[in-house]
Amino acid sequence: MRYSIFSLLRQALTGHQGWAPAWRDAAPKPAYEVIIVGGGGHGLSTAHYLAKVHGITDVAVLEKGFIGLGNAGRNTTIIRSNYLLPGNNPFYELSMKLWEGLEQDLNYNTMVSQRGVLNLYHSDAQRDSYVRRGNAMRMHGVDAELLDARDVRRMLPFLDFGNARFPIQGGLLQPRGGTARHDAVVWGYARAASGRGVDIVQNCEVTGFLWEGGRVAGVRTSRGDIRARKIGMAVAGNTSTVAHMAGLRLPIESHVLQAFVSEAIKPLVPCVVTYGAGHFYVSQSDKGGLVFGGNIDGYNSYAQRGNLPTVEDVCESGMALMPAIGRVRVLRSWGGIMDMSMDGSPIIDRTPVAGLYLNGGWCYGGFKATPASGYCFAHLLARDEPHEVARALRLDRFAAGRLLDEKGQGPQPNLH
Amino acid sequence: MRIECPFCGERDVAEFTYLGDAAFRRPPADAPDLAGRYYDAVYLRENPAGPHRELWYHGSGCHAWLQVTRDTRTHEILAVRLATETPE
Repeated sequence: MRYSIFSLLRQALTGHQGWAPAWRDAAPKPAYEVIIVGGGGHGLSTAHYLAKVHGITDVAVLEKGFIGLGNAGRNTTIIRSNYLLPGNNPFYELSMKLWEGLEQDLNYNTMVSQRGVLNLYHSDAQRDSYVRRGNAMRMHGVDAELLDARDVRRMLPFLDFGNARFPIQGGLLQPRGGTARHDAVVWGYARAASGRGVDIVQNCEVTGFLWEGGRVAGVRTSRGDIRARKIGMAVAGNTSTVAHMAGLRLPIESHVLQAFVSEAIKPLVPCVVTYGAGHFYVSQSDKGGLVFGGNIDGYNSYAQRGNLPTVEDVCESGMALMPAIGRVRVLRSWGGIMDMSMDGSPIIDRTPVAGLYLNGGWCYGGFKATPASGYCFAHLLARDEPHEVARALRLDRFAAGRLLDEKGQGPQPNLH
Repeated sequence: MRIECPFCGERDVAEFTYLGDAAFRRPPADAPDLAGRYYDAVYLRENPAGPHRELWYHGSGCHAWLQVTRDTRTHEILAVRLATETPE
């Protein structure tokens, strides 16, 4: 069923009895051309673009639980393409362009809201580094504007401009950045892929690989063996454990990142704001809750929950930036497991195992990449060569010394 | 999460700094395929979902380096000893 004002009116007049499920909950077939392990945003968008762009519809997306309940449902919904390095920037800008046309492409309301992303700076040195990043963005055709303190005060009068230790001097604004509705992104991609014949198989945990002449020929799952010519992993958070079943060790550590939402308040924060003197970012959802977060906890974890010192640190940063939120109560907090790569950038590449492809290492920036990640991973799976904008996201870049280290932290994943 | 420091007793995790997997070993300078060995040591990780041996520094306490065995699925601390006691 195509969603439109007419389908809505028709359903409204008939008591909303005719809505069909948005996508098909499939049982696994014995074999497919392509299997994608992981039914999150990245896996489902890969399936969508495999079917739409490359005409490959004999595809199964295998999800161990229910789709969208991993990191796709545990993020803070921010979209942006304000990257410095030439190996990263065009990739994230492709993602931004796909976000801009996503609702029309999927015929689904993913609530893309280009309300702007503002990174604040608090010192001359930080301003200079933001000028450099802004210039790099503009040279790649991405929008970036440098604001001074007066501009920021006009946009966000409630910030603490009187802070003596970390005065707000201005900010780097990407007006096209913003937020999208994370669950709707998952459901929209699932609906579009399913509509083109992709099988979405839930409660189907991959427990091992099938081998044939040194290459993977399928997967063992909790719902039986399934064969495929090509297998793509899109299981960020658990990439190491799935890759381990294929005998691979990867340049990835799993870390926990916490996020928070406050009780609903009246409209206050018109854009996404990040604090430059600590790690704190905040936006306001359409329901009115402040959605915010900060640093990862900093130790290896698969627990999907964090510890209190990080909660305190994030809330202190928030108070330093906007003291007005001091009496707003935190409604919920949660933790997601991040694939922290050794240089802070993702990997979309073949693996040393023939037939097995890797999409992972998203650190805590996977949500914004969802469309381009799927687009480029589908390209790799269909044509066996990297997409033009994902050429730098190679697995062998660590051995070759071609790192994509935006922060210049070196191989210390908890600092990226 | 609280870590039982051998010198200071059970202390809040905020007093400690995390370095990472305790399995890191510098390859011997005369090892064959030195570049490959360094790539392995610097970049690749086991990253287990389960017990993990890791290095923590008690910066707000006794300044000792500790080797902690912790379950990454539950954050349960299974064992703590001084990093210098680590058997090769």
